[in-house]
Amino acid sequence: MNNIKTVTFIAILTLFISCLNNSYAGEYELNTDTDRDIRKEYKAFKDHHLKDIHSFKFFKYKKDDKTIYVSFPLPIIIYCQGNLDVFMSSKFYNSKNKRVEHKIDDRVYKIDYHEHIIARNTLGEPLSIVDLSITKNVVFILLAFFIMFFVFGKMAKSYKSNPIPRGIGRFLEPIVLYIRDDIARPNIGEKHYKRYMSFLLTVFFFIWFVNLFGLTPLGSNVTNSIAVTASLAILTYLITTFTANKNYWGHIFWMPGVPTPMKIILAPIELLGTIIKPFSLMIRLYANMTAGHVVLMSILGLIFIFQNWLGGTLSFGLAFALALLELLVCALQAYIFTMLSALYFGAAVEEHHHEEH
Amino acid sequence: MEIPAIVGGGLVVIGAGIGIGRIGGSALEAMARQPELTGKIQTVMLIAAALIEGIGFAALFAL
Repeated sequence: MNNIKTVTFIAILTLFISCLNNSYAGEYELNTDTDRDIRKEYKAFKDHHLKDIHSFKFFKYKKDDKTIYVSFPLPIIIYCQGNLDVFMSSKFYNSKNKRVEHKIDDRVYKIDYHEHIIARNTLGEPLSIVDLSITKNVVFILLAFFIMFFVFGKMAKSYKSNPIPRGIGRFLEPIVLYIRDDIARPNIGEKHYKRYMSFLLTVFFFIWFVNLFGLTPLGSNVTNSIAVTASLAILTYLITTFTANKNYWGHIFWMPGVPTPMKIILAPIELLGTIIKPFSLMIRLYANMTAGHVVLMSILGLIFIFQNWLGGTLSFGLAFALALLELLVCALQAYIFTMLSALYFGAAVEEHHHEEH
Repeated sequence: MEIPAIVGGGLVVIGAGIGIGRIGGSALEAMARQPELTGKIQTVMLIAAALIEGIGFAALFAL
C-alpha cells in the first residue's frame, strides 16, 4: 500500500512538472515600458492575486525586449447545449499575449479580462453555458480533500493496531478530541452528538487547511470566493432543517411560554432567523478572510509606492506581522464556524424542558 | 463612494470596537477573580468577539 501511494505521488508530480511551459499567457494588460502608472499596475496586481483564474501563473521575466510569462494552464470544462467541451486554457491565448477565440463546432468561446467565459454562436448570438472548469480554487479544494482523506484514513486505520497514534496523528488527535469534548458534547448533548461529529470534523479541518493554503506563495484563497462559504453555510442550514425534531419547529412557529399576540409577531421573525443564522456564518468567514488578504496586499503594495529603503523595510515588517496574525485568524475562523454550527445543531435536537414557575 | 455610507461604516467599526473592548475587559476581570476558569472564559470571550466581528464585517461589506 505504501509503494502504491509513493508511486502515485511521484507520477502526479512528474505530470505537473512536465506540463510547465513557457506559455505567453496574457496577463495584466499594461503598457509596461513607457509610463508605469503605479496605481493602475498595483490594481492589476491586486486583482490578479485575489481573483480565481484558470491557470497557475508563476512569474514573468524580460528577455530581449519581450516579457515571457511562465504559467501552467488548467483544463476548462464547459457544458453547452448538450455538449461537454474540454480543453486547456492556453487555447485562449496566442503566442503574443492576446486573447483569441476558441471555436468548437459552431460554438465560439472567449475569455474576458475578469476570467469569465463567454460563449456565442457563429451567428453572434450569446449562448448559455454551465462552467465546470477546474480553476485554481478547485485545485486547492481537491488538494485539501486528498490531504484530509489520506491523513485521516491512515490515522483511523492505525487505531486498530495500537491505541496511541504515531506521526501526524499525534498532532491531530488532541484537536479531534477537543472538537468532540468541548464543541460537540456540551452543545449537542450526550444522546445525539455522534451523528454530527463527521460533519463538524470535516468542516473544521477543511476550513483550516484551505485558509492555510491561501497564505502560501502559490496558494489560492478558496474562501475568498463567496460561493465556497455559501455552500458550507447551505450545508449547515440543510442539516439543521432536516434533522430537527418537533420541539425546534414548535419554538419557531409557536414559542411556548409567551402570550399569544407575541407568538404571532415572533413567528415570522424566528422563521427569518433560521435563514439569517447560516447567512451570517457565510458572511463572517468570507469577510474575515477577504479583508485579511486585501489588507496584506495593500501593505505590500505600499512598498511599490514608497520605493525607498526605509518605506520598503517598514512595510515589509508590517506585512509580516499581519501575516502572522492571519495564521491565528485562519484557525479561529474554522473554530468559530464549527462552534456555531454545533450550537445550531444543538438547538435543533433539544429535548423538551418543562416550564418551571 | 458617498459620504453618508462612509460615515456609517466608521460608526459600525466604532460600535464593534467598543463591544469587543467591553467583552475583553470583563473577561479579564473574571479571570483575575477565578484563575482556574481561564480556559472556559477564554472560549466564551472568543465566541462573543467573533459574533460581534461578524456584524461589523457584514456592515462593512454592505457599504
